[in-house]
Amino acid sequence: MADVAFPVTAGTVEADTGGDVADYVALLKPRVMFLVVFTALVGLVAAPGSMHPVLAIAALICIAAGAGASGALNMWYDADIDAAMARTAARPVPRGRVTAEEARSFGAVLALGSVVCLGLMANFLAAALLALTIGFYVFVYTMWLKRTTPQNIVIGGAAGAFPPMIGWAAATGSLSLEPFVLFLIIFVWTPPHFWALALLRTRDYAKAGVPMLPVVAGPDATRLQILIYSLILAPVGMLPAIIGLGSTLYMVVASILGSLFVVMAFACYSEREGEAADRAAKNLFAYSVLYLFLLFAVLLVEQGFFSHGGASPSFWSL
Amino acid sequence: MQDAEQERKRRQRMRSLAIAWILGALVVLFFIVTIVRLGGQVAVRPL
Repeated sequence: MADVAFPVTAGTVEADTGGDVADYVALLKPRVMFLVVFTALVGLVAAPGSMHPVLAIAALICIAAGAGASGALNMWYDADIDAAMARTAARPVPRGRVTAEEARSFGAVLALGSVVCLGLMANFLAAALLALTIGFYVFVYTMWLKRTTPQNIVIGGAAGAFPPMIGWAAATGSLSLEPFVLFLIIFVWTPPHFWALALLRTRDYAKAGVPMLPVVAGPDATRLQILIYSLILAPVGMLPAIIGLGSTLYMVVASILGSLFVVMAFACYSEREGEAADRAAKNLFAYSVLYLFLLFAVLLVEQGFFSHGGASPSFWSL
Repeated sequence: MQDAEQERKRRQRMRSLAIAWILGALVVLFFIVTIVRLGGQVAVRPL
């Protein structure tokens, strides 16, 4: 499958009949969108004060649309890379179901619409952050960093870390230390998460000409970097409890989850040959998703159902 | 050839339906958000 050359921009027989609704849904990268909405929800719920549920849902829809726009614009620009990689060759553009130009127009309209609507329905700080996120992902990560440096996902990871800040800004109209801490967790989490995947797809990335760390520096250097980042991530994951955003329960959960992350990163660092190495990388990748989900889920439950002290009522109280 | 034309029309119809549903949902959302942002007692405000 990886060796099949797919048409990229030219319309194929399939594209001549136009894409199905499902193809346009695929352009939105629904799984990424789910993680974006989930982390934005945590930022929104953790923020002090209350937000009307209708406005909160409207803000989350706008953020979801903005994330989808980023996905569509990424698939437009990266159609050549996607076609060369087994993992992405079945996406709508390389398959010829949707032309690259259609993906670009779809993404651009969604991007503009989501930012304007978030500005009108929540506030303009949140809208500006959403615009910054989309712009950073498309122009800085996709168009520039991804094809030029092995640090692409380190710096580009900022785009994926913005959603809790957008959620917080939507609820409060301002920013403070707490959303930056949530940002920092996702920012530090991104490199070991992506490099674990990259270890399994090194040949694919090399074939597509993407300078991912395992391609440029080799798998051993990547494993070392994964271990270093996991050692930084474990304490960073505990920061919400230190600044009062999370409780003692959060601290306990973050300590256990962070320690497990380091253990799995060390397993990935130690196992360097054959199936055991692949299995260790695969396990770390799967666990990294679970780690972030659980960490934010604890915050969501604590802040949503056992609201923080002071005069701030629970998000669900309305 | 005829099959391809039929398939093209089917997909176009499905896309049009999806857009219609989304636009309808947006109209409802905008209306509700407007009411929420205006707040209560909007109908009895002094002119």
